[in-house]
Amino acid sequence: MISFNLLIAVSVGYVAFLFFVAFAAERRAAQGKTAWLRSSSIYTLSLSIYCTAWTFYGAVGYAARSGLEFLTIYLGPTLVMIGWWWLVRKLVRIGRTQRLTSIADLISSRFGKSAVLGVLVTLLAIVGTTPYIALQLQSVTQSIGVFAVNSGESWGASDLSRAGMWVAGGLAVFTILFGTRNLDAHERHHGIVLAIAVEAVVKLFALLAVGVFVVWGVAGGVGPTMELIDASAQSQWDPSPSRWMGLIFVSAGAFLCLPRMFQVMVVENSDERNLSTASWAFPTYLLFMSLFVMPIAVVGLDLMPTGANPDLFVVTVPLSEGRDGLAILAFLGGFSSATSMVIVATLALATMVSNHIVVPSWLNARTPGATVSGDVRGVVVMSRRISIGVILALGYIYFRLSGGGAALAAIGLVSFTGVVQVLPAMIGGVFWRGANRWGAGAAISLGFAVWAWTQFLPSFGVDGVISQAVFDDGPFGIGWLRPYALCGIEGIDPFVHAVFWSMLLNIGALILVSILTFPNPLERLQGAQFVNVYDYSSGARTWSQSAAQAEDLLVMAQRILGGAKAQAIFQAEARSQGKSGFLPDVTPDFISRLERELAGSVGAATAHAMIGQLTEGAMVSVDDLIAVADETAQIMEYSSQLEAKSAEQEQTARALREANEKLTALSIQKDAFLSQISHELRTPMTSIRSFSDILRDSQVDDGARKRFAGIIHEEANRLTRLLDDLLDLGVLESGQVQLNIGQGSLGDVLDRAVLASGVQAGALHIERRAANEGVILNTDLDRLAQVFINLISNAAKYCAADSPELRIIVRQLDGHTAVDFCDNGAGVPGESQSLIFEKFSRLEDAGMAGGAGLGLSICRQIMGALGGDVAYLPGQGGAGFRVTIPHGDVGANELAAQ
Amino acid sequence: MSNRGRIEFLERNSYRQRRFRDGARMLPLFAAVLMLLPLMWPREAPDQSLTSNSMIYLFGLWIMLVIVAYLLSKVLRFVGGDSDPESTKESGGASD
Repeated sequence: MISFNLLIAVSVGYVAFLFFVAFAAERRAAQGKTAWLRSSSIYTLSLSIYCTAWTFYGAVGYAARSGLEFLTIYLGPTLVMIGWWWLVRKLVRIGRTQRLTSIADLISSRFGKSAVLGVLVTLLAIVGTTPYIALQLQSVTQSIGVFAVNSGESWGASDLSRAGMWVAGGLAVFTILFGTRNLDAHERHHGIVLAIAVEAVVKLFALLAVGVFVVWGVAGGVGPTMELIDASAQSQWDPSPSRWMGLIFVSAGAFLCLPRMFQVMVVENSDERNLSTASWAFPTYLLFMSLFVMPIAVVGLDLMPTGANPDLFVVTVPLSEGRDGLAILAFLGGFSSATSMVIVATLALATMVSNHIVVPSWLNARTPGATVSGDVRGVVVMSRRISIGVILALGYIYFRLSGGGAALAAIGLVSFTGVVQVLPAMIGGVFWRGANRWGAGAAISLGFAVWAWTQFLPSFGVDGVISQAVFDDGPFGIGWLRPYALCGIEGIDPFVHAVFWSMLLNIGALILVSILTFPNPLERLQGAQFVNVYDYSSGARTWSQSAAQAEDLLVMAQRILGGAKAQAIFQAEARSQGKSGFLPDVTPDFISRLERELAGSVGAATAHAMIGQLTEGAMVSVDDLIAVADETAQIMEYSSQLEAKSAEQEQTARALREANEKLTALSIQKDAFLSQISHELRTPMTSIRSFSDILRDSQVDDGARKRFAGIIHEEANRLTRLLDDLLDLGVLESGQVQLNIGQGSLGDVLDRAVLASGVQAGALHIERRAANEGVILNTDLDRLAQVFINLISNAAKYCAADSPELRIIVRQLDGHTAVDFCDNGAGVPGESQSLIFEKFSRLEDAGMAGGAGLGLSICRQIMGALGGDVAYLPGQGGAGFRVTIPHGDVGANELAAQ
Repeated sequence: MSNRGRIEFLERNSYRQRRFRDGARMLPLFAAVLMLLPLMWPREAPDQSLTSNSMIYLFGLWIMLVIVAYLLSKVLRFVGGDSDPESTKESGGASD
């Protein structure tokens, strides 16, 4: 028999110890000693808030009622944890990169930072969690009641509710004290985490102690316990397969979706590596928590009087055996389970309420731009504190109203199914880029509605909220809407019924609506970031063309993050941009980074809205995306321009290379020519000098003198011709040539040229077609004749055929008269064709013909002056030259007479 | 020239690592199926001690799962950086 006061003293002492632990952890964290607080064992233990009073007391009750079915609640989370590589790891990574603060933040952030979705998930979480908090209060007060009755005090309902109020108040103080200390959820609540880790150890130890006592102390060993189980009412375990599967699914889903689980698993996670340990350590924890549940239930059923509440066997069995110390330990275990759950759940919910409901409303109530003048930091913290109080008050009110009658397990399942309605949107959002906010909104709303109708409202009992008539005939007599028989399908277990229909419609709505609607640009960006979180290290650009000034942003960030931290962020950014001071350039990258920092404090949607106000509402629009796309297009265009330019340059380089080759070749030719020309000048000069010496010094007869004078004259002529050519070329090249324009027939010019070239009829056969030559030209006929003479004498000189032939063909080619001179010789080799018109150029064997290498060059200059051209015409069987003469004023008319 | 002992195109460690990851992804599926196994046990005969047998089976399975998960947690390596190298290295084989 223990005194009730002792129990109260022990409880208060335990609570004081928890406060001390939390304070100590906060102090150590403040000193920077956080390594052990981030260890994987602390992380694993903090996950154990999954095991609430529902586990501690309820599992035994569950086992007493339905046998092994209670295990499903722990098998589901085991599946999730051993499959961590697939989903939990991704959630944690997303949580870190996006700085998520809650599950509502995850959904809101994934679907375009949608404020509406955040509110929806928050409401769902509140509705789903409030009964659960009530359940914890109920279990604590009930167990206190047990001790009160046991110690002989009489406890009425009012005493129970007063105890409940004390517990709720104490929890509120604890949560506010340690949960709203720092605003940034990512700074983590070391005090709370360590406290719940301690509580996790206490509850496991307590349950194991009771279990060991029951198996070895009461039943007498493992064998007898098994016999006891086989002898009990639960020996013929005959689970309904649909319930078994449904329960495993729901518990696995709830493990991911419960706000408190998301809080400890994702938000408070400080190192992904901890997951790897938790993947096996947490299932081990669950295993030990479940190990003795069945024996305690069976022994309790065997030992306790009929009608005793099996939910309290963990406490009542030791009490009835007179083990007061063990009973107090068990009580502390249950107390730990309840309080740790309430603290974290309240904290998670308060964060959601403040980030998704209070702060956005507060911001909306203010005119844009006023944000920076208000102290947001204070508002956020205050709203969070008030939310904590309100949520605990809600739980307490629910506890008072429900009267604490229903079996614990039933409330737990209702709550689980409720929060699982978020699961499809979460999984869809993380793995399917196509999921959009319309789909997610429809899925969550529809699932919420179906859950409320088929499970939540009926859980208040017949005639609680829904009347018997509606259960029997459906609302307004619509039979297929009956809460336990949707679509008229009767006879399904109500739990399975609710899970099946809510999930079917939920998932169906997500897929169908997502397929039929369009996401906005921000959603698509976020979708890509979530689904491909391993590929993106930084956030996508969500802001462009910012109008926000660095100073405004700093003022705002200080209000939310606190001065020192905000300044540190700005300074670091400025430094990374290579600037000194606190004001970096406002780049889109910086804004999105800052937004993520702020999101860690006030949630993604709120942070987005606040930055949005400062950046003058420059939310990402299609235009922005188009601008980004334009930028890309510009870059691509620029690079293609560069490509074109480089191609052009290559072309130029090729041309230059060719020119250089030509120049090199010419220079060689020129050297050769100079030696040639000096030789050619010297030869006549030498003979002139020697013959004039003879004439001066010696007596020669008249005949010889005449001969010598003739030679001198001839050599002088040769020199003159050479010099004339050079002069002629010089004049032509300088463009100062005087043209003597006249009119005449092409045939006449050709006749003159053939005569003047002095070609012997036997040496070169010239073939002409007089019919084509009646073209009247209006040009400098003498110069033209000079060109023809040159070409004809060239043919005579260079044509090496046995019977040389020259064909002179006249053609009319679009506005020009073309005169082709084609011989039947060897022609000009390809590599020389580009050189023959150059000055001083001669083919290698040209020396044999005694030419000076200026003829063709002069021809080209003349034709250029006349507005025509002379070009080498390849492919004519020998050397071919085409002279093109433009039609003068009368050029096109042929003389009819000819 | 002998080809024995030569491994072409595959780096053994990263290949093994990718297969471990496949295993980690498959583990929960197998576990789920095994958890459903007791549903299929025959229940016609009376006095089969189903509850105690199922307890032994389920807890045995649980212990096995913990052991496998432990071994996997020892061999699975977090690659330091942000990216999941398997997704980029293994063309087309990425399933993350």
